[in-house]
Amino acid sequence: MAVLQSDFRAALLDPDHPMPEGLTDGAGRPTPRRFSVYRNNVTVALIDALRAGFPVLHKLLGDQNFDQLARLFARAHPPTSPLMMHYGADLPAFLDAFKPLAHIGYLGDVARLEVAIRCAYHAADSAPIAPARLGAVPPEVLMRSRFSLAPAVRVLSSRWPILDIWRYNTVPGAPKPRGIGQSILITRSEFDPEPHAVSEAQLAWLTAVRANAPLEEAMDMATDADADFDLGPLLTLLVRHNALTDMITPKE
Amino acid sequence: MLDATLTPPRLPSAPGVGYKAQHFTELRAAPGPVKWLEIHAENYMGDGGRPHAQLRALRDDFSISVHGVGLSIGGEGRLDPDHLARLKHLVGWLDPANFSEHLAWSTHGAEFLDDLLPLPYTDATLTRVADHIDEVQEALGRRMLLENPSSYLAFAESTWSETDFLAELVRRTGCGLLLDVNNVFISATNLAYTPQSYLDAYPLSAVGEIHIGGHDEDEDDHGATLLIDSHGREAAEPVWALLDHALVGTGPAPVLVEWDNDVPDWPILRAEAERASAALAAIAAG
Repeated sequence: MAVLQSDFRAALLDPDHPMPEGLTDGAGRPTPRRFSVYRNNVTVALIDALRAGFPVLHKLLGDQNFDQLARLFARAHPPTSPLMMHYGADLPAFLDAFKPLAHIGYLGDVARLEVAIRCAYHAADSAPIAPARLGAVPPEVLMRSRFSLAPAVRVLSSRWPILDIWRYNTVPGAPKPRGIGQSILITRSEFDPEPHAVSEAQLAWLTAVRANAPLEEAMDMATDADADFDLGPLLTLLVRHNALTDMITPKE
Repeated sequence: MLDATLTPPRLPSAPGVGYKAQHFTELRAAPGPVKWLEIHAENYMGDGGRPHAQLRALRDDFSISVHGVGLSIGGEGRLDPDHLARLKHLVGWLDPANFSEHLAWSTHGAEFLDDLLPLPYTDATLTRVADHIDEVQEALGRRMLLENPSSYLAFAESTWSETDFLAELVRRTGCGLLLDVNNVFISATNLAYTPQSYLDAYPLSAVGEIHIGGHDEDEDDHGATLLIDSHGREAAEPVWALLDHALVGTGPAPVLVEWDNDVPDWPILRAEAERASAALAAIAAG
């Protein structure tokens, strides 16, 4: 009798599913413990991948709780690609709907931040814009120009202090999280992604620029959020962290 | 069948190690006898960043072998065309000395199960695996090596021995073989035959690379020893003896030390490479 890979797979991720018949030891005897090696290998590999991908979530939950969550997630959402560097992108949404941990509301957004940092780490390389180019165009041309951000740049926003939480759990001596919501810009100067807190107006500006809006439109979005918006600090941050890669000036 | 003239330069008949990012600096400063590195293909399929930068730096000092873990050559379904395209891209820019994959499956439908799962050895699976190897070799434009698995159980339906199955794949596709002596020892122990008899029946002339690594020990339902392929410690003494036995048949060959879990500090991994170097020196001296 042929063992189908669909039967093998079904028993692999579900401990209540009987192991396929026709699998034996060297003497032809059935041997569930041998099949369990594969069961265990798959589960451990997926849990380990999630531990590596979500170090802060792991630290927040502890070994036992994290592994329990990871096991349930892995059974419901096995990887859909051999690129394990991307595994767990669905974990934030899974956490949002995960009742046993619903009392810790920020877990989903902390997981979102960790996914974004991992994506930034593996994003394509890019060369930063020469800062002199920004000063070389007249202001009215600048306002109609569009900016390109580095492929590693990510922007996200939460009603929880997720950057404070992230820092508190990764940076020795970081202060305790405050009771605020936070918006975050992730940059990657060279190889290591770095999250920065940004204001609502800066978030609006970044969101518009990422949607390929010209500068004047991005400025409007930002001043809608904060009438006193000053682009200076954000521009300095972007340039310092190699996050600005190009400027496309309008054709005259 | 692949045109043998497309075969790229071989790896040096010297020790290599499975590359780990944490060894980047020390490995380059004090490589010891290590002349080549093996990378897991899937870890370098992101778009950029540190993994690519390290690889570009390492290829100046070391020959590189690309070892795939996600192609699912033993799968019932067709090979994932997207994954094959990613592999072609990586092999294209990196131009490694070897590309190898496993006699195993890891993908089912849209799911990737992140383990090397076993297949029965029948006429039907032989045809399917041979077709998949042909497809890979055509896509990459080069000969690939196929690695023997570590087995924890046997399939009642198998009609071929593993060694005959591998030899027939070599004959049909022109592929080479990656001989993992730790896997031979594990499978032989688990399925109650002698590892020497496996090697005696194995087509050693097709070997393009050898792996050695560590395993863990457990027990099955009947109290029999069950060895687990863990790659988390030094290779066991009988596995080193098996390497010597294999090298007598293959002659000097590229020997890779695999250590993927509980990765040690560089000097400990280098000591394993030094041991492989001594085994190679003994063969070269006759």
